[in-house]
Amino acid sequence: MNTIPTSQTVDLATVSLRELNQSLHRLGDRTNLSHWRILNPRGAHALACGLDADVTVEVDGDAGYYCAGMNKRATVIVHGNVGIGVAENMMSGRVYVKGDASQAAGATGQGGLLVVDGNTSGRCGISMKGIDIVVKGSIGPMSAFMAQAGSLVVFGDAGDALGDSIYEARLFVRGTVKSLGADCIEKPMKDQHRAELYAKLKEAGVAGEVDVGEFKRYGSARTLYNFHVDNASAY
Amino acid sequence: MNEHSRPPQTVPRLSATFDPATMAEIRRAAATGIYDIRGGGTKRKLPHFDDLLFLGASISRYPLEGYREKCGTDVVLGTRYAKKPIHLKTPVTIAGMSFGALSAQAKEALGRGASMIGTSTTTGDGGMTPEERGQSKTLVYQYLPSRYGMNPDDLRRADAIEVVVGQGAKPGGGGMLLGQKISPRVAKMRCLPEGIDQRSACRHPDWTGPDDLEIKIEELREITDWEKPIYVKVGASRPYYDTALAVKAGADVVVLDGMQGGTAATQDVFIEHVGIPILAAIRPAVKALQDLGMHRKVQLIVSGGIRSGADMAKALALGADAVAIGTAALIALGDNDPRWEAEYQKLGTTAGAYDDWHEGRDPAGITTQDPDLAKRLDPELAGRRLANYLAVMTLECQTIARAAGKSHVHNLEPEDLVALSIEAAAMAGVPLAGTNWIPGQGSF
Repeated sequence: MNTIPTSQTVDLATVSLRELNQSLHRLGDRTNLSHWRILNPRGAHALACGLDADVTVEVDGDAGYYCAGMNKRATVIVHGNVGIGVAENMMSGRVYVKGDASQAAGATGQGGLLVVDGNTSGRCGISMKGIDIVVKGSIGPMSAFMAQAGSLVVFGDAGDALGDSIYEARLFVRGTVKSLGADCIEKPMKDQHRAELYAKLKEAGVAGEVDVGEFKRYGSARTLYNFHVDNASAY
Repeated sequence: MNEHSRPPQTVPRLSATFDPATMAEIRRAAATGIYDIRGGGTKRKLPHFDDLLFLGASISRYPLEGYREKCGTDVVLGTRYAKKPIHLKTPVTIAGMSFGALSAQAKEALGRGASMIGTSTTTGDGGMTPEERGQSKTLVYQYLPSRYGMNPDDLRRADAIEVVVGQGAKPGGGGMLLGQKISPRVAKMRCLPEGIDQRSACRHPDWTGPDDLEIKIEELREITDWEKPIYVKVGASRPYYDTALAVKAGADVVVLDGMQGGTAATQDVFIEHVGIPILAAIRPAVKALQDLGMHRKVQLIVSGGIRSGADMAKALALGADAVAIGTAALIALGDNDPRWEAEYQKLGTTAGAYDDWHEGRDPAGITTQDPDLAKRLDPELAGRRLANYLAVMTLECQTIARAAGKSHVHNLEPEDLVALSIEAAAMAGVPLAGTNWIPGQGSF
């Protein structure tokens, strides 16, 4: 008796990116092909972007710009590094980067979870709108710029101007913050915030790796929400 | 000494440099300490399409019969890469304007009017509303730096995607929507707290420069399976290079917006002093397309102060494939209508001059989120008015094209035009009327 295949391996050395993404976009809710493995990504851009299915896609190697962009529902795991804008504008689902991420990781993300095992470059979580981001290394400058909603958790350090012009996103950093951006302040880390952070880490599957008591919390002072001429020097 | 012996007196003379408006602005700035914010486009006199004239048919050219011979107006946008280019019956489209800046009723009316006449409308810096999508047969979805409300479902629901790099009213500036207009619905769509002064980013968060833009466009194409035409919109400032770089980045369509183009809100100093008039921008953009062998392959849409079929015909003659209107469309819906004069007076202005669109108190119910004001605009009636206006523009454009002997409005060409001023002649690259002199071309 034949068994229905549940996994698919695609070698980008022989299959085009277009064919791969088209195949992934055609997956319906009742697909049996719930696990995909991508070989030889060789830094391809727009890899596994625009997915909208309950599937897992594992990438064996490095991906280029906008990997898993606008992801919905899918789990994308990159066993390598990623370029600019990984999981940009993600709506839901999960994206794991086992290496480092370049700039604008999780940019404008509206939901879902992005976990980066390594470091990210600048502008991590820029304009985030509800995504949860966990970076186990450090993040570069101008991260969480104009961050609107969601949470950014950093096990390591943060670069200059963290949370500049931040709205309601919640930032948790375990290491040092080189400087805070306009209107971003450190806020008290109370029990409820430690519980919130723990829940985020548990969701990301890394709750046991760090002590939530070691984190500091940052967020908006909300002084720039409505323009006042006396604040002009802050811009 | 009687009155007849008084020496002649100097009459009071106002300064051309410090005119009443300038002095009033100095006093306002001194009193408030903050720059002036307003909506709309530039109000200064600029070289414009009024400075061009068509040469009708004559002995060497013969015209087409006005009511008997066909003059085509259709245009196809997105023929370069998109699997599903969009087909419009007339080359005048509705420019991007946001729900937030405009009421839901106004957005619906724009969709209705555009659909009735067979053209497209465009979202704005606030995402796509169901009213707008439902009433717009062809809807262009803007991809802006803020990414408010951006999601892949709407991206796929759209008929085309417009990557907004800038707009003519404020090239280099981001969107602005002040607290009065951040209603609960607007706030939810933009994921912002209610009542804040929203200042959108002026740069995209995840790409900088033309090389990144190329990759971004590739991503948008991949997400939409290469079906949708992708436009790149720029404010007119360096039109030759911006057009060339947009083409290099893979655009199907370039949208070029001159400084007469309106905005929901920004600083008056930005509107009046940054960017160039659309008249000066079209020929360099067309030259860039021609130099790359892409004229008519990558379509060019121009906007900024387009008011009539004559403006439309002149833009097409200079090499554009279509035009877009924003302010004129709002006027057709009912913006600045004298019927609301009493209420404009209460706001300290008058019909025709009302530009405090950012304050959300629009008596016409268009640039507002106040539910009572917004109810004043009937989307069906306003949509009908817009359709009528678009039809008139199209007829006017055809009238001129036939007079010039063209069986399609796209057959209009620079050779059909002359300029009334040296400035317009230089900017449009057409001769000064009565001469064969095109300033700026050739040696002196």
